Amino acid sequence: MNRLRLRKLRQTGAFSLLWFTGAFSVLIMLFVVGYVIMKGFAHLTPDFFTTPPRGGLSGEGGISSTIIATIYLVICTLIVATPLGIGAGVFLVEYADHLKSRIIKNFVALARFGVETLAGVPSIIFGLFGYALFVTAMHFGFSILSAALAGSCLVIPVIIRTTEEALKAVPDSYRQASLAMGASRWETIRKVVLPSAVTGISTGLILSAGRIVSETAIFYVTLGGSYRTPTSIMSSGRTMALHVYYLAMETRAFDKAMATGAVLVVLIIIINLVINVISRRLSAKTGS
Amino acid sequence: MMTEARMRTVDYNLYYGSFRALRDVTINIPVNRITAIIGPSGCGKSSLLRSFNRMNELIPIVRTTGEVFLDGENIFNKDVVELRKKVGMVFQRPNPFPKSVYDNVAYGPRIHGIRDRTRLAEIVESSLKSAALWDEVKDDLGKSGLALSGGQQQRLCIARALAIEPEVVLMDEPASALDPVATLKIEELMEKLKQKYTIVIVTHNMQQAARVSDFTAFMLTDEQRSGNMIEFGQTTDIFTNPVDSRTEDYISGRFG
Repeated sequence: MNRLRLRKLRQTGAFSLLWFTGAFSVLIMLFVVGYVIMKGFAHLTPDFFTTPPRGGLSGEGGISSTIIATIYLVICTLIVATPLGIGAGVFLVEYADHLKSRIIKNFVALARFGVETLAGVPSIIFGLFGYALFVTAMHFGFSILSAALAGSCLVIPVIIRTTEEALKAVPDSYRQASLAMGASRWETIRKVVLPSAVTGISTGLILSAGRIVSETAIFYVTLGGSYRTPTSIMSSGRTMALHVYYLAMETRAFDKAMATGAVLVVLIIIINLVINVISRRLSAKTGS
Repeated sequence: MMTEARMRTVDYNLYYGSFRALRDVTINIPVNRITAIIGPSGCGKSSLLRSFNRMNELIPIVRTTGEVFLDGENIFNKDVVELRKKVGMVFQRPNPFPKSVYDNVAYGPRIHGIRDRTRLAEIVESSLKSAALWDEVKDDLGKSGLALSGGQQQRLCIARALAIEPEVVLMDEPASALDPVATLKIEELMEKLKQKYTIVIVTHNMQQAARVSDFTAFMLTDEQRSGNMIEFGQTTDIFTNPVDSRTEDYISGRFG
């Protein structure tokens, strides 16, 4: 009898602890997001969105050019990273496992290991690589192009992984049915597998967009920091996240940094909500 | 008594790695008849069925020896696309694509190069009619194939297989995932289909084999767990007057 009470007590203790840790992490998040939004909200006027920064120590102006640079960079990065990432994901899931050659199998295992490793490399390392290769060696300078290429290296592992997950979720019976009708492996992938995996794959793309929006270090050393509106792919620029960094470290306009941060945070929340909606729709579909 | 063979295997062996799943299987599949392959679980029925359209080759470790013929031609010398165009397949679980009813049926013809819209529409209609599904879906061909009931889905899969105008239709326990009413519909359908097609069906259900098939092949594993062809003959003979005592034991429910 006593023993039973002790066990129940232990359970209550453990659960209380788990509750506390859970509640604490939620509180931290609410505090950070709440603080940034509350501090920044006061400065969010229509002007703030429509005027470019004017530079200088006092950090005058709004964030229009940084919004444009961010969108520009996201689009350029995805243009480069999407075909490469999806292609590699398709190769790994749909072709690599069916190969018989030992040498190619080892090569594929190495590629898988590479993807895993790249996913964990700090973004500044991709930045340094991008700086050395694209900015300097290839003479692209500090530009949207250099930043998009370096950013691609950062998000390609993300896209490969989500593509792999999405493809693995496609029932094998679809592939079998298609192949049994005399479709080639490629026809099966293009007409049956990819259309079924498209929601999962798009989750990876949105995730990547979020990553580009929120990264700073990698773009600090590849995009430069010009607050002018980028006019071409060779223009230098400043994303919103970078702008927060500049405002906080090089001006006295800490409040503006907070305001920009608030915009960023809201944007990231929206991106995550979109991902949630998509993956819920996805699981509803595969569940039926 | 024997009719002409549409397909046949000669001393056919199939290995999964070093495991021999089929041992020296020789069988003739008669033209425009229903041939049932029966036997206990793991006796190699499905492996044999999947040999007729070379689906086993999707598994990298599978190796085969011996020969399989379609209309007298060795299928291993044929292009696999050509082969599967002539030898269609219906799977155990209904597996329509997450596409419309129309696109499900039109999938095969499109793959094989038919672009003409009116021609496609004709094929879709005639295939759905052959699969006894037309009346139930004709008002909404744009509906998702996944929205149909299990039995309808399986008939959709049959229509999909028929749309490429095969000579042989392989059915791997096509009714095992269906309720009795839907099963009956599939069985009636098979009876109709054999006028145009040669049908090979794998089934666990002996009553089903007895009801629908003209010929029955009985398979059993030996001491090495390899599948052997024990007896092949007219279904009435196999079920009423089997030659091999093991067939009789299985038919009468003494094991399996």
